[in-house]
Amino acid sequence: MKKLTFAASAAALFFTVPALAQTEIEWWHAHGGQLGETVNAIANKFNESQSEIVLTPVYKGGYEDTLTATIAAFRAGEQPNIVQVFDAGAATIIGAEGAVIPAEDLIQQAGIDFDANDYISGVRYFYADSDGKMVGMPFNSSTPILYYNVAALEKAGVEPPKTWEEFEAIAPKIVEAGYIPLAQSHSPWIFTENFHSRHNIPFATNNNGFDGSDGTKILVNNDAIKMHFSKVKEWLDGGWYGYYGAGWGDNQTPFENQEVAMWLGSSGSFGGLLNSADFEFSATYLPYWESVTANPTQTFIGGAALFALSGHSDEENKASAEFFKFLSSTDIQQFWHTETGYVPITTAAYEATKASGYYQEKPQAEVGILQLSLPGGDNSKGYRMGFYVQIRDVMNREYGRIFAGETDVESAFAVIEEEGNQLLERFSKTN
Amino acid sequence: MGIIAVFFLWPAAEAIRSSFFLEDPFFGNATFVGLDNYRVALTGSDYQRTAWFTAVFTVIVSLMSLALGLMLAVSADRVLRGKSTYKTLLMWVYAIAPPVAGLIGVMLFDQHIGPLVEFVALFGWEMRVGVNYWDTGIAMIIVSTWKQVPYCFIFFLSGLQSIPTSVKEAARVDCRSETRRFWTITFPLLAPTTFFLLILNITYAMFETFGTIDLIVKDQPGNSPVTLVYKVYRDGFRGNDLGGSSAQSVILMLIVLALTIAQFRLIERRVHYN
Repeated sequence: MKKLTFAASAAALFFTVPALAQTEIEWWHAHGGQLGETVNAIANKFNESQSEIVLTPVYKGGYEDTLTATIAAFRAGEQPNIVQVFDAGAATIIGAEGAVIPAEDLIQQAGIDFDANDYISGVRYFYADSDGKMVGMPFNSSTPILYYNVAALEKAGVEPPKTWEEFEAIAPKIVEAGYIPLAQSHSPWIFTENFHSRHNIPFATNNNGFDGSDGTKILVNNDAIKMHFSKVKEWLDGGWYGYYGAGWGDNQTPFENQEVAMWLGSSGSFGGLLNSADFEFSATYLPYWESVTANPTQTFIGGAALFALSGHSDEENKASAEFFKFLSSTDIQQFWHTETGYVPITTAAYEATKASGYYQEKPQAEVGILQLSLPGGDNSKGYRMGFYVQIRDVMNREYGRIFAGETDVESAFAVIEEEGNQLLERFSKTN
Repeated sequence: MGIIAVFFLWPAAEAIRSSFFLEDPFFGNATFVGLDNYRVALTGSDYQRTAWFTAVFTVIVSLMSLALGLMLAVSADRVLRGKSTYKTLLMWVYAIAPPVAGLIGVMLFDQHIGPLVEFVALFGWEMRVGVNYWDTGIAMIIVSTWKQVPYCFIFFLSGLQSIPTSVKEAARVDCRSETRRFWTITFPLLAPTTFFLLILNITYAMFETFGTIDLIVKDQPGNSPVTLVYKVYRDGFRGNDLGGSSAQSVILMLIVLALTIAQFRLIERRVHYN
């Protein structure tokens, strides 16, 4: 009898071991903690949905670590099939010609229908080449929006601002109500990159860098943004703005502690805020300057995209394409969107979420996607610049110096422009 | 010798080679740029600021850990009862891994909940780590020093205990002042230990404080001070500027080489190993 059960279990083991035809692919990502669980859940759903492909997700640390690990693996010829690369690293991986199979090509080569118009417009172009061909498959996409403490604004007797002019009008009342009116978590992303796209101002030459790295110059030294930062400095000195350093969390905490009434964060912060903030909060669009533009445009996405690396067999590439298709499917996008707060990347997923009544319950979750769907302009698609991680470091440093009073706005932007252009020129030599 | 070649000479040669190129990280297609990487590194305002902070940081951390280590060792040596308890407690910190020490430091100095920040606020000092340049620098210095004191303590204590009792007793007969006895007899006898620790402390402050600094700036240095090693990491690993960060590490290598030679030439002559 014992022998028989043994034989039976051995047989069971044998038969559950996948049949020969299975393709195994690997996906390196940068999501730990709660988000990592959701990533694993998606991979499990994919593996359960079919029997030919086994997808293994591997957590590789933060965004930078993941990119560095990928580069090392690529040079050793052991790269994963799919890797998650963040916005500021996009130029590095897209610029390395031949390292990536554009997502659009990958999907079409696998014989799967692809229509770029399925994707929401603010999402579609950020990881695309200059012809609009999607190179990266947008994954966790978010955009900067304004969160506000409902009770705080009610106490001050004001409405959330649509423009920075309105903000200046209501700020004194919020101060009177006992709050610091505003804080913000990512000066390069929110106050610089998306500032340009919201006002439809060019951020770099060569079509904002999308046409290639040769001769691309950063156009950050312009009057509109210098005016903005002079204002922010005035707000800071007058107690209308709180600056808590370059870190994300340090600026979010005062909002959660109800010291700050309004906070500019990511639409993807929504899920986390629901847990950490024990007060009623809502959200609205990123404000703009009426004095700069009467027709504000959409913002673009931050976050990361998935890239299919070259150097794998056709069979594996086909498997990656299947996964990309699965990832764009309405169910999965809806799951990802409601679970994490990141925006859905397809219109269909957005419509389905809307139909489910989710936004009636949580209207804040819709703000990001509505903002991404606002009218676009020539300069609202994003940017593509190399060594951009360092350029952001330069911005963060100079902004910190402006706020500390170590430098003035004029010279800070001159430095950002000079060092930024130096980095861009150096980057163009690496290709 | 083989080990030195594989783990030191080869990487060093590779760093020197790639410091003359700008390289695409994926394929290693390199463009020769001559001394450009060095020029960019040395003329950048940020590099000079970082170098300046590194120098200040290194001097303060090395000397403070030496002084505190020596002070604690002398006091512990004098204690008659419960000696081993004191010793164990004082050495404890050394067993803490740098990231953990950094994390504790970060919590102590957190701008929203840090107890030390609240403490200094009582004296009217609004300490803002991560916002104010020197506040952040001071936090780094304190955490790094705290981490290194026990190491100095261990060496000083064993140094003190190796001084022969006969010498100590003879000194006690000749001179009644304890302070004077310490500076004329004990301290010179500790000179080899001090010299050894000084070199180790400098290396520690320049290179091994990396984890602490990374945790204090929370991966977003912004306007906060960082050391040269941290900058090499930022540009090379986070920014994928392989050529630029190689040039920086070669410069660093030269600085350390010069420093070590100078130390051995100048100071060793005056240090007497019995």
